[in-house]
This record gives sequence, structure tokens and C-alpha cells, in this order.
Amino acid sequence: MNRRGNNSRCIPLLALIAGLTVMPSWAAGTVVNELLTVYTAQGAGPFSASTGAALWTRQYSSTGGKTRACTTCHGTDLRKSGRHVQTGKVIEPLAPSVVATRFTDRAEIDKWFLRNCRWTLGRECTDQEKGDLLTFMAAQ
Amino acid sequence: MKQVSWVVLAGVLMVLPLALLVEADEDGYGKRKRGPDVAPAADEGYRAACGECHMAYPPGLLPARSWSAVMDGLADHFGDNAELPDEQATAIGAYLQAHGADKAPSKASRELLSRLLTDATPLRITELPGFRREHREISARLIEGNDAVRSLSQCQACHRQADAGYYDEHGVNIPGAGRWED
Repeated sequence: MNRRGNNSRCIPLLALIAGLTVMPSWAAGTVVNELLTVYTAQGAGPFSASTGAALWTRQYSSTGGKTRACTTCHGTDLRKSGRHVQTGKVIEPLAPSVVATRFTDRAEIDKWFLRNCRWTLGRECTDQEKGDLLTFMAAQ
Repeated sequence: MKQVSWVVLAGVLMVLPLALLVEADEDGYGKRKRGPDVAPAADEGYRAACGECHMAYPPGLLPARSWSAVMDGLADHFGDNAELPDEQATAIGAYLQAHGADKAPSKASRELLSRLLTDATPLRITELPGFRREHREISARLIEGNDAVRSLSQCQACHRQADAGYYDEHGVNIPGAGRWED
């Protein structure tokens, strides 16, 4: 076995590692763009982060005279942790600038939109709402 | 060389028992001499899907029929929406059914089920007669009035090794209050 180090052999490995660290944020852009393309093909768009921001804080009526919003669990600042309103479980920040893996898995995005729109709005979010929200969230 | 290796072996044999001595540590268990009270949740799919908003409860904490009822009501899961894709829900349901309290051999599971009527299907672990019995002495101040706990459903807040399946009172450390002294 050759015990001597050979620097030139490290370069491809270093390049791979560098690529992998960059990949999550690149991947987020890809997955979000993929979804925005799907929504556009289904008739929605154009999408706006400021519309998404307004949707983020909008209060929806709920049982017992209370209201619900995205902020109820996730807070107003996506760079900070949120807390599940019932269980108190800490929810990691949604901002990709803080948690690089956010919005890199399409199935996860679909799942949480389904659940959380149904819980918050009492219905599924429209493609327009999802596109605006994603544009807003992915930019945090 | 042979003498050196015997010395090393003797040294290891002398040190080894010291490593097994009980040490004081945060949860009071030290070097655990017994296994968990209930088998921890082992299925990765279950842990990933059902451990996002609360801890992934060991399936041995509810009878199989209760798990079935919980899985049927995911759209209104204690006031939240916990819906899953069909394929995932089926797989998780099968895991829970196979490892429910009435299928699990552990003593803790049997205790939880004791005095539960066979036609009763509680949705909550905290509704089990065995559970209520064990927690009857704890004041609301330590649970609902305690921001670090909030609810008896947050086992891991006080049972620091809950995720590993340990629920013995010696491992209880209530945030802001400390160990449970009977």
C-alpha cells in the first residue's frame, strides 16, 4: 500500500466536497423553480414575495373566536425558530439562509402545504398562494 | 513481547470493572443494568413522520386498536392536521399495529393496559388508567403551568430518556422543579 500522500489526488475530492456544501442552496432554488413552473402551467403566476409576505401574517378565523396564521407556529421572522402551538415542540427556522436543507425536498413541501393550509386556512392553498408563499419563504 | 502483552491484558482487566461502576449522571440511571421499560420507536418511517410535532411515542404505549383509531383520524389529529400520503400511512399503521401494547411483552405495556376495558379505545396515552395512576400526584403547576412542559403528552420534557424507552421515576427531572422524590 502506498503510504505517501499525493496532493493532486485530493483535488477532485475537495471539488466534490465544495460542490456538496453548495448543493443544498442550489437545490432549494431548483426545487422551488420546479414547483413554480408547475403552478404556472396550471394557470397561476406571476408570483411575488411581497404578496407571500402578506399571506404569511394574515389571520384566518378558527374555532372559539380565535384566529390562526402561519405565524402561529412559525413566528414572524423565518430566520428564528418557531414553536408548535399545541405541543411546544421547537420548529427549526424555515429560512434557507439559516437551515440550508429547507425547500430542497418537493414531497416535503407538498406535504406541509397540504396539512398546514388545511389547518390554517381551513382549505388547501391555491397554486397562486403556494407560489407567492414559496417565493417569499425561499428568499429568507 | 509476550510479557508486554500480558501486562497490557492485565491492565485492561483491572480497569474494566471500574468502567462498570455506577456513575451519577443527569438522569440518575448511571450505567443502566436493565433494558428499557418499553421498546423505543424503531421504525424510521414512523419516527420521521410521527416525531415532527411531538416525540415518536413508542408503539407499546397504546393498544393496537387505539393506534388504528389514531391513524383513521389524521385529518383532525387532536386539533391538528397530520395527514400522510396513503402508502406512508399504511406502512406506519402496520408497524403500530404489530407493536401495540397488547402485542408488546414489556411490563410497562401490561401495566398501562391494566384496568383498561376491552371495549375502550382511548386515543390518548394520557387517558390510559395505568397512565393516570402513575401521574395522579403531579400538580398542574408542574405540567400545564410549566412552559417547558405544557402537557402530559410531552413525555420527554420530564422523562429525559423517554425516546429510548425509559419511563422509570428515577429518570424523571421536571424542568424548573428537579427530580421526582416520592
